[in-house]
Amino acid sequence: MKAFTVSKAVTALMLAGLVLLPLYSHLSGNIFILTLFTRIIILALAAASLNLIMGFAGLMSFGHAAYLGIGGYAVGMLAQEGVGSGFIQFPVALAASAIFALVIGALSLRTRGVYFIMITLAFAQMAYYVASGLARYGGDDGLTIYKRSDFSGLIDLGNRTQFYYLCLACLFGVIFLIWRIVNSRFGLVVQGLRSNEQRMQAIGFPAKRYQLVCFVISGTMCGLAGALLANNTDFVSPAVMYWTRSGDLMVMVILGGMGTLFGPVMGAVVFLLLEELLSQITEYWALILGPLLLLIVLFGRGGIMGALGRANRG
Amino acid sequence: MAEPLLRVEKLVRRFGGIIATDNISLDVASGELHAIIGPNGAGKTTLISQLTGHLAPHSGSVSLAGRDITFLPAYRRCALGLARSFQITSLLLDFTAADNVALAAQAHAGTSFRFFANARKEKGLRDAAHAALDRVGLLHRADVVVSRLSHGERRELELAVALASKPKLLLLDEPMAGLGVTESQRMVKLLQELRKEVSIVLVEHDMPAVFALADRITVLVYGRVIASDDPAAIRQNEDVKRAYLGDQHVVTHHG
Repeated sequence: MKAFTVSKAVTALMLAGLVLLPLYSHLSGNIFILTLFTRIIILALAAASLNLIMGFAGLMSFGHAAYLGIGGYAVGMLAQEGVGSGFIQFPVALAASAIFALVIGALSLRTRGVYFIMITLAFAQMAYYVASGLARYGGDDGLTIYKRSDFSGLIDLGNRTQFYYLCLACLFGVIFLIWRIVNSRFGLVVQGLRSNEQRMQAIGFPAKRYQLVCFVISGTMCGLAGALLANNTDFVSPAVMYWTRSGDLMVMVILGGMGTLFGPVMGAVVFLLLEELLSQITEYWALILGPLLLLIVLFGRGGIMGALGRANRG
Repeated sequence: MAEPLLRVEKLVRRFGGIIATDNISLDVASGELHAIIGPNGAGKTTLISQLTGHLAPHSGSVSLAGRDITFLPAYRRCALGLARSFQITSLLLDFTAADNVALAAQAHAGTSFRFFANARKEKGLRDAAHAALDRVGLLHRADVVVSRLSHGERRELELAVALASKPKLLLLDEPMAGLGVTESQRMVKLLQELRKEVSIVLVEHDMPAVFALADRITVLVYGRVIASDDPAAIRQNEDVKRAYLGDQHVVTHHG
């Protein structure tokens, strides 16, 4: 095994905390904390998926919230039409996200840098306005989901604890997949392209193909988060796709540490807890959170994970 | 006569009103070390860019082993056996030396759409990387991150990366650029070894190195080939003396 490090210890502590949280919730009778952390875990999953394309592949997708909406609407619309089975809803949510990612990825990857950021943002906003126009499915007001995805007795999404562990299992599963991917042949190519695209082309790798596949994997993972999120809130609305939500996901990734395995989880936990705590203190919580994030990004290069890495060395 | 490994025919590339590549034709035979020289602005880099696929010519053609590659993208040319080094070192700075070379080997060892197995534990790729690093004398630096390598080491690593793709033809764009005297001598020795295994096109400013290494030398001036011959003949060629060495002389004294 590799040596003990501060960042590993903190990560392990955080993961243990997430696993044991329902126990605490039961003992203390604090149900709210379980609901809050279910949401945190789902958004951590979304942030982890964004990190794959942003941190490892180096492509700043500013439209990742679109997949939260697509995954969510897949569940909501099917439920509305009387298809309540999770075995149908979830695969459809993933497939729809994958197809959306394939189409916008194929178009967006013709551009680089700022243009890539802007075009992914534009596509996400397009999805937002399309959802707002879906009169049959609530339009602007959103769509209430009266019954959570039904996994025919296998797992009950209506049960808070079961649902929490389902979300946690999905998060761990996705992080495991990302871990395998970034160390695989494919992962090395994608990271090589982040590092030096010209060099990778010269040694024989067509950049776009690899980046597109990575974009689709990332979008599909985020679609899963969307399907879970809709179940969590029993509701889906265009607001989940709004560009500020995409921005939140980016902040979580940068805050936790881009291109690290557990950074996005750390970032999601810290960001959403701060948001929760500060909003209890003052209505103007964003006024405090904003500068705080600025400081962390300015002085903790590499986010929380980067800071912890330095703590170990220093 | 046997088919040349690389054939460039009537290549033309303009930038606005300037003709950077003016009807260039040249052949590189298999096993040859072919040097391309010329004063600054002669169009060497423009020519190289068209050989590697970074720039498309306006007319003319480039073929490799009888196959027309004029409009193939860079990554396809590489698959056909054309490897290059960059004039300004271009490597994956945040990867180790071994990773840089292993990726080049990976590009030529089956599909890279493998998502699960750890690529750094693939013995074939690691062995190929270590062999190429050994070839250029960098094996002891295999696990060092490139950003921590010296300039000279990076130039050698460029070569190792190019070699790892098992090329038929190596395009070296000023491999001695920025090297000190001893480093240059090591590079010349290394190229003398490599030329036994692979055909090389060498673009270089270091004249002693060029004359020591080349089988043939092509001289470019203002985008045109003014001579293409063996080193002894080039040394005697009046046009070359006047246009190239003479110009250089004028430039150094008045510039």
